[in-house]
Amino acid sequence: MSTVSETTHDSAVAMSAPAASDEGLTAAQRAQKYGLAQSGARPSLPEYVRQLWHRRHFISAFASAKLTAQYSQAKLGQVWQVATPLLNALVYYLIFGLLIGTRKGVPDFVPFLVTGVFIFTFTQSSVMAGTRAISGNLGLVRALHFPRACLPISFCLMQLQQLLFSMGVLVLILLGFGQMPTWSWFLVFPALLLQFVFNTGLAMVMARLGSKTPDLAQLMPFIMRTWMYASGVMFSIDLILKGKHVPQFVEVLLNANPAAVYIDLMRFALIDSFTASKLPPHVWAFAGGWALLMGVAGFVYFWKAEERYGRG
Amino acid sequence: MAEQNNGVQPTAAAQERIPTVIADDLHIVYRVYGTGAGKGSATAALNRIIRRKPSTGVREVHAVKGVSFTAYRGESIGLIGSNGSGKSTLLKAVAGLLPAERGKVYTHGQPSLLGVNAALMNDLTGEKNVVLGGLAMGMSREQIRERYDGIVDFSGINEKGDFISLPMRTYSSGMAARLRFSIAAAKDHDVLMIDEALATGDRAFQKRSEARIRELRKEAGTVFLVSHNNKSIRDTCDRVLWLERGELLMDGPTDEVIKAYEKETGK
Repeated sequence: MSTVSETTHDSAVAMSAPAASDEGLTAAQRAQKYGLAQSGARPSLPEYVRQLWHRRHFISAFASAKLTAQYSQAKLGQVWQVATPLLNALVYYLIFGLLIGTRKGVPDFVPFLVTGVFIFTFTQSSVMAGTRAISGNLGLVRALHFPRACLPISFCLMQLQQLLFSMGVLVLILLGFGQMPTWSWFLVFPALLLQFVFNTGLAMVMARLGSKTPDLAQLMPFIMRTWMYASGVMFSIDLILKGKHVPQFVEVLLNANPAAVYIDLMRFALIDSFTASKLPPHVWAFAGGWALLMGVAGFVYFWKAEERYGRG
Repeated sequence: MAEQNNGVQPTAAAQERIPTVIADDLHIVYRVYGTGAGKGSATAALNRIIRRKPSTGVREVHAVKGVSFTAYRGESIGLIGSNGSGKSTLLKAVAGLLPAERGKVYTHGQPSLLGVNAALMNDLTGEKNVVLGGLAMGMSREQIRERYDGIVDFSGINEKGDFISLPMRTYSSGMAARLRFSIAAAKDHDVLMIDEALATGDRAFQKRSEARIRELRKEAGTVFLVSHNNKSIRDTCDRVLWLERGELLMDGPTDEVIKAYEKETGK
């Protein structure tokens, strides 16, 4: 063994002896001289955005591939895209509509409930998918080069596509319960766009946290369920709070809650009896503010650790 | 044969040897979770996070320990060593896919691994996987459209009927490997790294893929090849790095290193 390593040293020096002018330069200096870049270094923020734009087709292809692959083993196949949200709504209706009487005082309870469930599920599954976006795809991260933000964005896009199927179901339910299409239905689009940006930002935050602490994926269901009950998905927050003495800050918090904001906007857009008077004050400002804040902050926070994804 | 001599002409080339990869005292450490007695349940996770004690069940594997080398344009470098000696890990670090614990790697352009397996999905058709794999490697939709027929023909998937429109999970392991190689080899690379990709498929396909690798070598500035087949290293490489337990044991001309390696392993 010792003889081998001695020859190693000699031959190593002989082999990689740099040209005379390179002598005495450190590795970093030589790298600079020949214009080499550090491998796996984090690109600047504008460069990162440019790379991400360049990969936009990968992002969308990955999202729809995941979506199709999801039910491809099932006999009913893509029917489950529609059946899953429908069954989900049915379960919540049985429990909250029939067993526990939260429907009291809420007009058009079924559309109210189903809208809430679908919109919250969009945020919930984006966050869950984001948490696993890096830690669940280490094979991909360790095999190919692409801006890692492709993964959380792609998973959120997949959830958005999933939501569009749910919205189709929702339209049928709305029509079935006598809600006729009005101009206000077009508000669905800006509301969904803002929610998508918010979800993506949050998913990127969760992706970075989850890449460092994969245990988070086990903890998240509890946090998400707590958030769901605080967001008035299956009951009206206003009705619950009415006549009760709650501190001012709790009321402010409940009204500023981004999930509640997006759910209320969607109800306002789709349900006739959910009038503007039921919306919390400054609701569009909150919706836009949350999207902007979360989108930008989440993106920057994710980018800050770009070179570290893929370890452990 | 002629192109193999390019890298080893010491006198003429020495003046203008341009480095393409510089590894400087590179250390890679893997962290592996779930090796200890810790439970994976949600309550256990909550407990750990609250106590700020992330160490339970984490083991560190020091896979590459202080490796330094410089690769030059036109070189074709083999990596040898026993299983688990850190060859593949080193390649991934050079490609910038595994972050370094200490030390740095400098590269010219973007080195890439010849591999696309991780991006493909078994539940999708071969057709969709060609597109997805191409996009994952950074090709544009137009490039993929241009090369699509070439990829399918090269893989020979359709020789026995229309298999490209079936999900990949219905392929035999050989067919899947052929399609994967065909997708991966469809892209041009600056610095190319090949990790034992040559041993897939039947005899005819192996011949075709060796020819394709030679083509890729001509286009790429520098080629790294990991293999346990000393003959294929001798055929394709003019310089060899020998890794053992994460340390660079030897770095030199192919014959010298392979001879020492064969002596050590008793072949």
